Amino acid sequence: MENVAEAQKSLREIKTRGEFLERFLKISLGFWALFAGLLFPILAGLILLYEARLAIEEFGFIHFLTYTNWDPVREDFGAATMIFGTVVSTILSMLIAAPVAIGIAIFITELAPNWFKPIVSTAVELLAAIPSIIYGLWGFFILAPIMATKVEPWLQDKLGDVPLIGKLFQGAPTGVDVLTTSLVLSIMIIPFMAAVVRDAFNMVPPIMKESAYGLGATKWEVIRKVVIPYTASGIAGGLILSAGRALGETMAVTFLAGNRPEIPKSLLAPFTTITVALANQFTEADTDVYLSALYYVGLLLYLVSFTMLGIAKFMVLRLEKRWKT
Amino acid sequence: MSRKTRRKLFSNFMLFVSFLTAAYGIFWLFWILGSLFINGFKYLSPELVYLDPTPPGEEGGGLRPAFVGHLIITSLATIIGVPIGIMAGIYFAEYGRNSKFFMTLRQITDIMVSTPSILMGAVVYAVLVRPVGHFNGFSGAVALALLMLPVIAITTDEMLKLVPKEMREAAYALGAYRWQVIKNVVMRAAKVGILTGVILGVARIAGETAPLLFTSFNNNVLTFDLGDPMASLTVTMFNYVMGPYHYWHQQSWAAAFILTMSVLLLSILARVLLHRNLLEPLFYIVRSITGKKGG
Repeated sequence: MENVAEAQKSLREIKTRGEFLERFLKISLGFWALFAGLLFPILAGLILLYEARLAIEEFGFIHFLTYTNWDPVREDFGAATMIFGTVVSTILSMLIAAPVAIGIAIFITELAPNWFKPIVSTAVELLAAIPSIIYGLWGFFILAPIMATKVEPWLQDKLGDVPLIGKLFQGAPTGVDVLTTSLVLSIMIIPFMAAVVRDAFNMVPPIMKESAYGLGATKWEVIRKVVIPYTASGIAGGLILSAGRALGETMAVTFLAGNRPEIPKSLLAPFTTITVALANQFTEADTDVYLSALYYVGLLLYLVSFTMLGIAKFMVLRLEKRWKT
Repeated sequence: MSRKTRRKLFSNFMLFVSFLTAAYGIFWLFWILGSLFINGFKYLSPELVYLDPTPPGEEGGGLRPAFVGHLIITSLATIIGVPIGIMAGIYFAEYGRNSKFFMTLRQITDIMVSTPSILMGAVVYAVLVRPVGHFNGFSGAVALALLMLPVIAITTDEMLKLVPKEMREAAYALGAYRWQVIKNVVMRAAKVGILTGVILGVARIAGETAPLLFTSFNNNVLTFDLGDPMASLTVTMFNYVMGPYHYWHQQSWAAAFILTMSVLLLSILARVLLHRNLLEPLFYIVRSITGKKGG
C-alpha cells in the first residue's frame, strides 16, 4: 500500500512539474515572439515619434515634406532635398537592376545546366553578403574615379547635345553624384531581387510549362507568356522589396552621394538622401531641434520602408497561396 | 525566313540576353572581390592587428582597438540576439502555426529583417546613449542584436517547418510533453539548420556600420569596458576612407579585405552546411572524367 501511494505521489509530482514546464515554456517563448513581431516594431516607431515631436510641432507635416531648406545654423529645417534624393536614387537603381535581376532569374531557372546553377546562385548570393560599407569603399576609391574620368565625359560627349536628355548630363563630372550612387545601389539590390524572382519562377508547376512546350512554343515564349504572367505578383513583390532595401541603404550611399542638401539639377550633381543626412549629421546635431528634425526624417523613412516592405510581402504571399492550393 | 525560324532565333536571342545579365552580375562580383584582393593584400601586415593607431598624420600604427572592439561587440550582440531569436522562431513554428495573429506577427518579423539598419542606431541612441550621456559599446551590441533578432527568428521558423510532422506525432503518441518534443525531437532534427541561421545572422551583423555610428562610436584606445565608446572595424573604415591621409586609406583597404573575407567565409560555410550539394559541380566534373556513375 505504501509503495502504491508513493508511486502515485511521485507520478503527480512529475505531472505537475511537466505541466509547469509546459506553461513556462509557452509563456516565455510566446513573449519573445510577441516582442519580435509586435512590441519591437511598435516601440521602435514610438521612440522615433517621441524623439521627433519637437520638429513635428515646429515644422508640421506638409511644410516639412516640401520645404527645401536645411539650415542647422538658423534651425530651419525641411526634408524635401533628402526625400527627393532618396526617391530618385531608388528609382534609378531599380531601373538598372530590375531587367538584370529578371534576366539572372531566367538564366538560373530555365537556361543554366544543372551543375552550373549552384555556381551562379552562389555568386549572386555572395554579392548580397558583401557588407555595404565595402560597396561604399570600393565605389569611392575604384568606381568613382573611373566614372569621373572615363564614363561620365563619354556620356556627356554622346548625350550632352541631345535635347531634354542632354540636360541630365550637365555639370563637371566628379564621380560623386547621382549616377554613380544609383549604379552602386543597383549592384547591391540585384541579388535580393534576383532571389525573389527566382523563387517565384521555381513555383510555376512544370505541367504549365510543359503544356506550352507541347503546343510548340519556344523557350522565350514559354517564359514570356506562361512563367512571367503567372508570377507577376511575385516579380512585383520582389521589385518593391528591393526598393524598400534601397531606400534604407546607408553606407554605400554616404560615400558616393556627396552630402549636398540641394535638389540635384543633373545626374552628375552631388546630392543627399535621408540615410546620408542621418549618418553624417546625427553625431554633430548640437541642438534639440536639429536632432529632432533628424529623428523626424528617420521616422518618415521607417514608415515608408515598412509600408513598402509590407506591400511587397503581401504580393509575394498571394502568389504562394495561389500555388499551394 | 520562315516564321518558325524567326521565333526560334528571337528566343535564342532573348536567352542570350539573359546569359549576359548573369555575366553582368558576376562581372561586378569579380571586380569588387578582385580589387579588394589586390589592394587589401598589398597593405596587409601583422602590425595592423597588434599596434594601436598613431596620432592623425603620423604614418604607421595599426587598428588593434578596432579589431578587439569589433569582436567584442559582435560576440555580445550574438549572445543577446541568438537566444531571443531562436525562442521567437520556435514559438512561431510550434505554437503559432494555427493562430492567425501569430502568423501576422511572423510576417511583420520578416518585414523587420529589411528595415533600414541606421534606424536601429537612432532608436538605441535615444534609449541607451543619451540617458547615459556618452557613447558606449554596450549600446552598439544591443543595436546589432536587435538587427539580428528578426533574421534568427525567421530562419529558425523556416528550419523547424522542414521537420516532418510525423516525427512530432510519434513523440506525442509516446506521451511526451510539448517541451519534451521541442527539446528532444524538433530541435535535434533542426540543429544544423538553426546553426546555419545563426551563422548567416552573424555574417549579416559583422559587416554593419550604420547602427554603430551613434551607439558604440569610435575609440583610438584599446578598451574592454562596455561603458566606454568602443572602436569597430567598420566605423574606423568609415572615418579613415573619408580622411585625408594616404596611409589611412591603405589601412582601410586591408581592414576591408579582412572583414569581407570573414563575412564571405561565414556565408559560404552556412551554405555548405545547409545544402551540401554546393560541391555537386565538382563531383559532376570528376564523374564525367572518370566515366563512373556515382550516387
